[in-house]
Amino acid sequence: MSKKIDQSWLNESATFTRPVIREIQRAASEGIYDIRGFGAKRSIPTFDDLLFLGASVSRYPLEGYREKCDTRVTLGTRFAKKPIEISTPITIAGMSFGALSAQAKEALGRGATEVGTSTTTGDGGMTPEERQHSKILVYQYLPSRYGMNPDDLRKADAIEVVVGQGAKPGGGGMLLGQKISERVAQMRDLPQGIDQRSACRHPDWTGPDDLEIKIQELREITDWQVPIYVKVGATRTFFDVQLAVKAGADVVVVDGMQGGTAATQEVFIEHVGIPTLPATRLAVEALKGIDMHRKVQLIVSGGIRTGADVAKALAMGADAVSIGTAALIAMGDNSPEFENEYNELGTSAGYYDDYQDGKDPSGISTQDPELGRRLDPELAGRRVANYLRCLTLETQTLARAAGKTDVHNLEPEDMVALTIEASAMAKVPLAGTDWIPGVTHKF
Amino acid sequence: MNTFDLANESVRQLNQTLHSNQCKDAEIAVINPGGKHSIAVGAMVNCQVNIDGHVGYYCAGMNQQADIVINGNAGPGLAENMMSGTVRVKGNASQYCAATAHGGLLVVEGDAAARCGISMKGIDIVVQGSIGHMSAFMAQTGRLVVFGDAGDALGDSIYEARIYLQGQPKSLGSDCIEKPMNDEHKQELGELLARANSTGVDISNFRRYGSARELYNFKVDNLSAY
Ligand SMILES: Cc1cc2nc3c(=O)[nH]c(=O)nc-3n(C[C@H](O)[C@H](O)[C@H](O)COP(=O)(O)O)c2cc1C
Repeated sequence: MSKKIDQSWLNESATFTRPVIREIQRAASEGIYDIRGFGAKRSIPTFDDLLFLGASVSRYPLEGYREKCDTRVTLGTRFAKKPIEISTPITIAGMSFGALSAQAKEALGRGATEVGTSTTTGDGGMTPEERQHSKILVYQYLPSRYGMNPDDLRKADAIEVVVGQGAKPGGGGMLLGQKISERVAQMRDLPQGIDQRSACRHPDWTGPDDLEIKIQELREITDWQVPIYVKVGATRTFFDVQLAVKAGADVVVVDGMQGGTAATQEVFIEHVGIPTLPATRLAVEALKGIDMHRKVQLIVSGGIRTGADVAKALAMGADAVSIGTAALIAMGDNSPEFENEYNELGTSAGYYDDYQDGKDPSGISTQDPELGRRLDPELAGRRVANYLRCLTLETQTLARAAGKTDVHNLEPEDMVALTIEASAMAKVPLAGTDWIPGVTHKF
Repeated sequence: MNTFDLANESVRQLNQTLHSNQCKDAEIAVINPGGKHSIAVGAMVNCQVNIDGHVGYYCAGMNQQADIVINGNAGPGLAENMMSGTVRVKGNASQYCAATAHGGLLVVEGDAAARCGISMKGIDIVVQGSIGHMSAFMAQTGRLVVFGDAGDALGDSIYEARIYLQGQPKSLGSDCIEKPMNDEHKQELGELLARANSTGVDISNFRRYGSARELYNFKVDNLSAY
């Protein structure tokens, strides 16, 4: 029998919090870093730290349901003969078959197609299911080149050269052996059941001058038909964006440090890169600096959850956003309906992040055929579509309130910052002041 | 025979032709390549392409079915991600030739620089000279035959690809070991040499290298090898 203790004596350290203590104990017992999925969990400045001003005497709003507020966007207008037209500025980010089940990939394709937007392959190649169910499919060109082949390249509606990812700029991928089913192994030309390391840099080019030649090769192979995106993790964003444009990108994708992943070292997820908020501003400044804003389109991602996030990203100058984690949640990831099974795995709905493990009870981040069958691609696709519609409506609501007939007419002047940090990062004034740290000085 | 003079015609025109059925079974001559990049990339049908001179980056990239001969030297990324067909370079090849290539045959009559066959996924490569460092890095499947020597860290983190080397490796990479040459391997090597039209070498001089398969699943005790 343990003695009853007086709770008021328990004073938790702000340095050695309970999760920190738990992690030291885990490291001491296992001797290896923690690998997990999901994105950064620490608190960072986000779009939540910005507010819209809405209408006022000098700015009149549009009628909520009556007056038109356009959401369409065309991606890849610079060089491609066939740019991509999407009806909502929210796309589905690249998530690999391997990390996700075939059912989940199909569902993402169905959902995106239903609302007229694009979805993206991932590390591991293109599956026939996702091609079939995705009207607009972006094909990722990754360092591992797993499953890369010219036939699929020509089937793609756009090509995304992945230089990095927000969760791990400078890190390669890892698909642990337990997720390497026969089909995944075959697509990647590797034996079943072994850990698959994805390289952290491309095998046949290094640096911006090579990238330019590589992009030219991809265009030659695809006869200059489809747009070529370059995706970077948010780090030295200003320079990366300008270099990607110089290398010939039609579209630049910037993924903030809080962006999701299927399997990355915790230390990487939490400690490398810059948040989506400052990255968005830097990317727009970079494009404007070379007169390429709106000529090369900008997609930002990393922690996009609501229409408010979408509207704020657009107001800062992005052309579109991309979502990963939120789309998984929309399909059923972390749903309370699996609470008992989450408990079996030592976790709880709302906390599950072991996408690397392959035991996902929702059937999303798994290659176990039994678990995969639990996800009905039609139903999950419907949920993705509903969620995307909801985000679009929310974005329009905010844009109409600011009097915009197109969501892309939102601008930084429509916003203020709640914190000094966000004000400095987004370069919009602190609410109630005309002060932007580092830009204007009032004494 | 179709001739493309790249001093006057563009690489675009050449590649567009290679992507159409009109060049099926045709013979295409390319002259004055002038070290240009992306020459004869994404070829899709059975045809013979003879390039007279030196080529830049990514020549014959993602080749399918075509037989491409380069009468000169090749820049970086020759035959990258090739799927099928053959590519033969009479001179030397620069870095990462046959990177991630899935199939077909690449013959380098001279030397190949660093990272030859990096991440190869099924292609067969025959280098009649020597190869540079980090060759066959993370090589997944396929065969790499080398008449000369190999630079540092040959076959680092190799998976199921097989390396046949006549000369000496400067060093072997992590998890790459020498393996016995059984009859099966001698026969395989003989077939590869025949396919490459390589004569004048004695199969019994070759040694085989491949994966020790110790790093296939992460074990903390192997930490120093990662
Ligand atoms: C399960 C999962 C798998 C992913 N796989 C890839 C991938 O194969 N290639 C890639 O570039 N990014 C990959 N990502 C990152 C996403 O493309 C995207 O950058 C990120 O999810 C955006 O952040 P968000 O999750 O907060 O929306 C993956 C993300 C998740 C959650």
